[in-house]
Amino acid sequence: MEKFVKLTSTVVPLPIENVDTDQIIPARFLKATNKEGFGDNLFADWRYNKDGSPKDDFVLNNPTYKGSILVAGKNFGSGSSREHAAWAIAGYGFKVVVSSFFADIFKNNALNNGVLPVVVSSEFLNEIFQSVKENPNATLTVDLENQTITNNATGNSEKFDINAYKKECLLKGLDDIDYLLSKKNLIEAYETSRTF
Amino acid sequence: MNTLFDKIWDAHVVSSIENGPTILYIDRHYVHEVTSPQAFNGLRTRGLKVFRPLQTTLTADHNIPTLHQDQPVQDPISRNQLDTFEKNAKDFQLPLFFPMGHAKNGVVHIIGPENGFTQPGMTIVCGDSHTSTHGAFGAIAFGIGTSEVEMVLATQCILQTRPKTMRITFNGKLNKGVTAKDLALYMISKLTTGGATGYFVEYAGEAIRNMNMEERMTVCNLSIEMGARGGMIAPDETTFAYLKDREYAPKGEEWNKKLAYWKTLYSDQDAVFDKEYTFDVSEISPMITYGTNPGMGMGIDQTIPTLEQVDEAGRISFEKALNYMGFRPGEKLLGKQIDYVFLGSCTNGRIEDFRTFAQFVKGKKKADNVIAWLVPGSRKVEKQIHDEGLHEILMEAGFELRQPGCSACLAMNDDKVPAGKYAVSTSNRNFEGRQGPGARTILAGPLVAAAAAVTGKITDPREFLS
Repeated sequence: MEKFVKLTSTVVPLPIENVDTDQIIPARFLKATNKEGFGDNLFADWRYNKDGSPKDDFVLNNPTYKGSILVAGKNFGSGSSREHAAWAIAGYGFKVVVSSFFADIFKNNALNNGVLPVVVSSEFLNEIFQSVKENPNATLTVDLENQTITNNATGNSEKFDINAYKKECLLKGLDDIDYLLSKKNLIEAYETSRTF
Repeated sequence: MNTLFDKIWDAHVVSSIENGPTILYIDRHYVHEVTSPQAFNGLRTRGLKVFRPLQTTLTADHNIPTLHQDQPVQDPISRNQLDTFEKNAKDFQLPLFFPMGHAKNGVVHIIGPENGFTQPGMTIVCGDSHTSTHGAFGAIAFGIGTSEVEMVLATQCILQTRPKTMRITFNGKLNKGVTAKDLALYMISKLTTGGATGYFVEYAGEAIRNMNMEERMTVCNLSIEMGARGGMIAPDETTFAYLKDREYAPKGEEWNKKLAYWKTLYSDQDAVFDKEYTFDVSEISPMITYGTNPGMGMGIDQTIPTLEQVDEAGRISFEKALNYMGFRPGEKLLGKQIDYVFLGSCTNGRIEDFRTFAQFVKGKKKADNVIAWLVPGSRKVEKQIHDEGLHEILMEAGFELRQPGCSACLAMNDDKVPAGKYAVSTSNRNFEGRQGPGARTILAGPLVAAAAAVTGKITDPREFLS
């Protein structure tokens, strides 16, 4: 997995609440047997017309907004557990998703693919949306080591939570399977010790 | 003073990482064709085997057609995914593999319980968010992503942060014409679609105790629709009676031993939950949804909220949802014409749901303007529909039965509702495009679906019940 340490970038604003994983990647794109190419269909039904032409009113088709940070309304990633949603977000080039609230499974899936979900207060989220509205070139800085996110347009900053283990994994680019495999002896001992 | 959740979780902790997640042992891993291929590829890349093949059950469900299952799948991309699934089961020597057409094939959350794989006290995962269904047996069951599927295949363990606990108590008796699905949609409308995020829910109270296993599964199934990690119900005589003699349930002395353990699985009198809610179920009517997430639900005879009744922050999303659905704020939906009815899915594709639907439509006729997809949750459900004579009742009323699969719940196969059309669906999600691009989904229970199917419009099923 790719390492994540610190990132400064312009943002793509998506001020919609309850963006579910069916919107992030509709089910008809889940027929693949590898992880490649999902970025092209990220938000497919909001992004493209039926004939495949881009919908002008969707933010990903607006050249004013670009960058590797997606900022979305609360409860991002609800619904289906499909990790394809995380692959689509990573595949498109986003490294960070900022929201005031994430669905559990999506949060894990993102972390397992080197995409950092950053939870901010709803006030801070509104401030970011406001800054980007005023100036599409406004940037955010996400510093994983110090667990801070800074709105460079206002200079305001917030701390964000991440568990120490996951932070270490992202900083070093390690994944959970490597860790679990190193604990095989403990797992076998657990199996032998079970009484129920 | 432990909760049911604590008892099961604690019994499955292999070890804990300081300031980090727990290594949690998994008893049963369900695998389907859509969220597993990349995990098997991962094992190949790392040169790993499946650690515990007999704790791994595989069924094809999400991406299979519901017609002509005896013939090769037409869509080449779907066929490739199904072939890959079969190859993975073979390469990794997984004997509990139930492909399309197999007598034990069906929707993963239906075949698990009906074959006795799902048992009280277990930890259960699957690369599918509706894995919460299995919590109905008093198990910790939750959905996972594909990276986690790979972890479980490789080590039979998963890294998990302990969720908080919530208890939701349903007092009283359900009114006539009100199903378990209505109870769940009511609960989600009260808690909202993210209201239980971070929590593992235990359902309790008289209304839950009075439910059969199928109804309990419907309630637990929908836990994820309010964001919960999972939902569970303490096992009781109803649970044990359901499990007894199922093929993969324990037998003989082993049954007695397990039964003694299962009887210890309940929340202690003084157990403390991080959050508690209580509902009086006599207030619940048949429910429908009007928006584009399962929290946007209301009693079938109520009106959609007005703009003023919605939080200012949520108005953009609310208006976007109603615009998609073609509804207006403050509108009443009773009498609204609909186009499709879908009975099926891991939420309402069990034999009880077909009994309910068939009983309602008996002696009536399907409305001409309605296309109805009746999709049994499994081969066994399909067989039982025939064995119990429900098939004749349905045929008589103008309905046809399709073959088992996830079908129009997520519309990965050809069962897609066309853009702009209204579907009264017994499934679990009314997200934009969920049942096909542009499709408009109204979630409901099997009785409301049956009433819509015979009248061609949104109809209160209580009008027909004496």
